Amino acid sequence: MSGIPHDHYEPKTGAEKWLNSRLPVIGLLYDTLMIPTPKNLNWMWIWGIVLAFTLGLQIITGIVLVMHYTPHVDLAFASIEHIMRDVNGGHMIRYFHMNGASLFFIAVYAHIFRGLYYGSYKAPREVTWIIGMLMYLIMMGTAFMGYVLPWGQMSFHGTAVITGLFGAIPFIGESIQTWLLGASAVGQPALNRFFSLHYLLPFVLAGLTMVHIWAFHSTGNNNPTGVEVRRGSKEEAEKDTLPFWPYFVIKDLFALAVILAAFVAVVGFMPNYLGHPDNYIPANPLATPAHIVPEWYFLPFYAILRAFTADVWAVQFVQFITFGIVDAKFFGVLAMFGAIAVMALAPWLDTSKVRSGRYRPMFKVWFALLCVDFMVLMWVGAQSTEFPFDWISLIASTYWFAYFLVILPLLGVIEKPLAQPATIEEDFNAHYGTPAE
Amino acid sequence: MFRKLTLSAAIAFGLSSGAVMAAGGEAHVEDFAFSFEGPFGSYDQMQLQRGLQVYTEVCSACHGLEHVRFGTLADEGGPHYDLDDVWDYSANFEVWDPELADGDGDYRAATPADKFPSSSLNTAPDLSLMAKARAGFHGPYGLGINQIIKGMGGPEYIASLLTGYEDAPSCAPEDFDGYYNTVFTAGGYPNECIDEDGNHMYPGSWISMAPPLWGEDVEYADGHSNDLHHEAADVAAFLMWTAEPKMNARKNAGLTGFIFLTVLSVLLYMTNKRLWAPHKKKAKEAAKK
Repeated sequence: MSGIPHDHYEPKTGAEKWLNSRLPVIGLLYDTLMIPTPKNLNWMWIWGIVLAFTLGLQIITGIVLVMHYTPHVDLAFASIEHIMRDVNGGHMIRYFHMNGASLFFIAVYAHIFRGLYYGSYKAPREVTWIIGMLMYLIMMGTAFMGYVLPWGQMSFHGTAVITGLFGAIPFIGESIQTWLLGASAVGQPALNRFFSLHYLLPFVLAGLTMVHIWAFHSTGNNNPTGVEVRRGSKEEAEKDTLPFWPYFVIKDLFALAVILAAFVAVVGFMPNYLGHPDNYIPANPLATPAHIVPEWYFLPFYAILRAFTADVWAVQFVQFITFGIVDAKFFGVLAMFGAIAVMALAPWLDTSKVRSGRYRPMFKVWFALLCVDFMVLMWVGAQSTEFPFDWISLIASTYWFAYFLVILPLLGVIEKPLAQPATIEEDFNAHYGTPAE
Repeated sequence: MFRKLTLSAAIAFGLSSGAVMAAGGEAHVEDFAFSFEGPFGSYDQMQLQRGLQVYTEVCSACHGLEHVRFGTLADEGGPHYDLDDVWDYSANFEVWDPELADGDGDYRAATPADKFPSSSLNTAPDLSLMAKARAGFHGPYGLGINQIIKGMGGPEYIASLLTGYEDAPSCAPEDFDGYYNTVFTAGGYPNECIDEDGNHMYPGSWISMAPPLWGEDVEYADGHSNDLHHEAADVAAFLMWTAEPKMNARKNAGLTGFIFLTVLSVLLYMTNKRLWAPHKKKAKEAAKK
């Protein structure tokens, strides 16, 4: 392991030596907390701590909610109202949990796009990236199953739509859908298992968080220049880095406090703004809502799912050459999962030798377009499928794939990158040396 | 195809006017000025009491409030009645008690520990959460601007619906089912009132609920004006309370938390600045050389 050279924990007292020779836990905590961190990290490097905090918040509020919640189709909705009305502080706990999901996704999208811009996914950090993508998938699954639990109209009909996606898989789709739901339709078995998994998966996420941190502590953090920390000697490394504690802990806590102030304002003043009102109507299998809309954080991928309809020539072409096995519905499902898959493959699709987008003039433009594209997809995912929204979602979805499959591989070849600083220290000094006094 | 492409792009970037959106015939929801709007707004106790009176004398004939406990009528931040009055009030309702008559169950007078009955009419939805379940007109282009800027939500919708009954347009057949309402969009709509392009010629649709309020339906105990507009606003405010009984407590908690975290942010900002100062100073000196 080519870690950055730094001080290690030395047990001094007898008790410390006794413990250390049996379980080197203090040493592990010390090395984790004192890890040398590039001193030029900017404010986009704070989302990790926001995510860790939010996971903790969701687990703690979730455990309390479970104490009062009943996973039964006839009682679930009323038990949520019981929490909102009769449980001491229950309305706050529930609103924190509900909006905590949104905070989680805001942070994860910022975190992912940070990685995409500064090339954090590139060698040698591919494993960190892949684990992160896995966590993102699990997070989406957890959020989706959590949304089912209140057993409102959107819970019920959203579940029908999303599990129906698996039904689109040729030959085995229906069996998979039945297996997922535990029945041929959404009902008590689905509610029970979603409840079980919604409780389990956050702990899986907590475990993967540790692996994620382990991975990037092994390679060292990326940083805005993408230039590696010098690791020839401890003295050299110390010119590029500062220990995580206290420098980055305090910085991250400051950022966390600012974000939480905004979060608390949303919870306190407009807790239902990000939710769908129809979920305050108890689930009714006989009345389908006029528009089934997923939560905002799924909208970009929902837009991609709906973009590829049967009148898109590419869909017709694929249907023709696969003898009709891949129809429009299955194509849409493949596109939705493919949209995440191409993102996960970014380390191998990006051919540029330069890591950070800061020194890539052409990349910058295409990346900015990708950010706009993501917002457009999110917006159009909540609109109807009529003209012009069908065209907007098709164009935006195509760009998403083009960015990863065409633009990233090509840019590495045709782009002429700018000069990068030789060291992190040089970048840090230049940044704080220039302001006129 | 190219025309479609450019047009889509133009709309995507917000350059086009609202021509596309207008086609839906979005119903007009009036912006009522409720006391509980905004971060500092709170329920008006007297208005909630008036709203309860409208509910009791008019709505409760058909609609239930099955999630609302009578006892909460005495809660601070709500109608805040004396508990004794709540005992008297709840005794007007009958609830089914399965433990009476040796386990066969029987009806008895409700107590503050009971909840309001459910709807007595099958087709009448329960009103407990109506104000939260009907907050779905998220402003222009689905961006939720109206909700943020004007504080519009479910209560506006309810009050607008109650005042939104009008004489049916002449295009509709005499015997068309329901009552024409300019705000309600989920009801039936006669084909005769749809033009060649498939657009509705009039806003709203036909609702199965007969106009419940006409003005001067109740004599308010506090002598407040009882015209249609006021009655509708009062009962809408009351239904906002039934949907969100802890709103005052929530806003207080939110404000406390916000102030606490803001102060904490300032302290952490100063700590952070001081912590990094020597390293930034060193960087400045190094850059001068």
